[in-house]
Amino acid sequence: MPQPIAGVTDAKPSKPIHEVVGDLGEALALLRTRFVRDAKPAALSRTGDLSQPSSSPSMKPAPFEYARPADLDQACAMLAAGDDARIIAGGQTLVPLMAMRLARPKRLIDIARIGDLAFVRHEREGIAIGATTRQCVLERDAVVRAAVPLLAKVMPFVGHAAIRSRGTVGGSLANADPAAEIALVAVTLGATFIYRQGAASAEVAASDFFIGPMMTALPATACLTAVRFPRWGDARIGVGFHEVSARRSDFAFAAAAAQVALDGDGVCRRLALGVGAVTACPMRLDTVAKALEGTRVEPAVARAAVRAALADIEPLCDLHASADYRRRAAASLAVRAITDACRAAEAAHAR
Amino acid sequence: MRVELIVNGEMRAVEVEPRMSLLDCLRERLLLTGAHAGCEHGVCGACTVLIDGAPARSCLMFAVQADGYAITTIEGVTPGPGELSPIQDAFCETHGMQCGYCTPAMILTAHALLADNPDPTRADIVDAISANICRCTGYAQIVEAIALAAVRIRGLNQPARKP
Repeated sequence: MPQPIAGVTDAKPSKPIHEVVGDLGEALALLRTRFVRDAKPAALSRTGDLSQPSSSPSMKPAPFEYARPADLDQACAMLAAGDDARIIAGGQTLVPLMAMRLARPKRLIDIARIGDLAFVRHEREGIAIGATTRQCVLERDAVVRAAVPLLAKVMPFVGHAAIRSRGTVGGSLANADPAAEIALVAVTLGATFIYRQGAASAEVAASDFFIGPMMTALPATACLTAVRFPRWGDARIGVGFHEVSARRSDFAFAAAAAQVALDGDGVCRRLALGVGAVTACPMRLDTVAKALEGTRVEPAVARAAVRAALADIEPLCDLHASADYRRRAAASLAVRAITDACRAAEAAHAR
Repeated sequence: MRVELIVNGEMRAVEVEPRMSLLDCLRERLLLTGAHAGCEHGVCGACTVLIDGAPARSCLMFAVQADGYAITTIEGVTPGPGELSPIQDAFCETHGMQCGYCTPAMILTAHALLADNPDPTRADIVDAISANICRCTGYAQIVEAIALAAVRIRGLNQPARKP
């Protein structure tokens, strides 16, 4: 289960980021920092005389080799060769980490142009989304909107348009930022992650995938290839999502996502509820679902169930939001998300 | 590594180290200094350029990743030498800038917004430029500029109304 950040650094290395980033707490704190040069002047400021145009300007990231494999087989072979290689696709999480030299891979394997990895399709009762599918594509995808409405709902909250235009679904999941909205939806709906290691494909459940902030169960030599979201067949489905952040689309301090299915009489058939940004990885609150399924959802009952579910968690705590604040905000947002979802489901006509 | 970029409609081949950001490549190799370096880790938006028409942070992309893509910088939005695009014009007219550091990125973001949505609401405009930080906090006139440009661009090539 989620550990406080201080404990996480002692966990077993299971992912390249963990090997290259010494202190994950520091990594997260720096990612949230708006002016890094002030925060870490010695390590991060440019060196040399900037008034003189230089033939080889200093650069923020450490040197690395760059490879663009033609297909997934080649990419996996490169990963298997070791050499501290990392996958890059959109680079919207990895490049800032590299600019701060919190990540110093020796080799980048660019999979952004491997066509087989960008898709949205029906697969095994669910919707499979290729790892390099860009976030801006999902935002407008009709299949996602119809079959995974909760994912469609959160997409506008994922970074800004300028981030979503390059950022990928797989990148957001594999980098496992605790505040990532796509990861929250994956855990909430119980998605399945599909990865390739060498020639073999394997699957892992979202609940087992996220281990801690920026740490996942993905083996170091594996490449995430797709994520499969379950599709709910119910006629009356509604979704709700709320988050608080300091600025529009900035990293959330707390987020909550809910998807609900009502029957013809307005009784809750199924509820999936999750909170993100509050603990080291997104969390699904199954006890709340148990308490509300089979009832007409009463806000007071929902509130009590959510509070009980969040009573024992160990929230993240930083300069921007204390543990207590995150717990309280998460509870309020979760109740709002459930209420919104129920209202939307009531408005959906039984087909 | 040799990289071919289609910058403002022109093919430019450059030899870069893989770790050179697209931003540094544009500024230092191609001398297109309209893309500004702010935070250099994807927060401030001053380095925004259009990649295949969509806004993107040029500091969050290595030049090698952009190989073959069409990149538009602020230098590429003018209709001709010495002229301004309708959006640039509107920024001048409403004084949508103070120090000007965030302005090229604001204008490119506005270009992408209006290409996609010619009739944005105020909320749409605010959402689009929320990705760009103006430390002078001159947002009111920036929003006004984009709204004015939208009206003008919608009016372009329309048949003149009879009195």
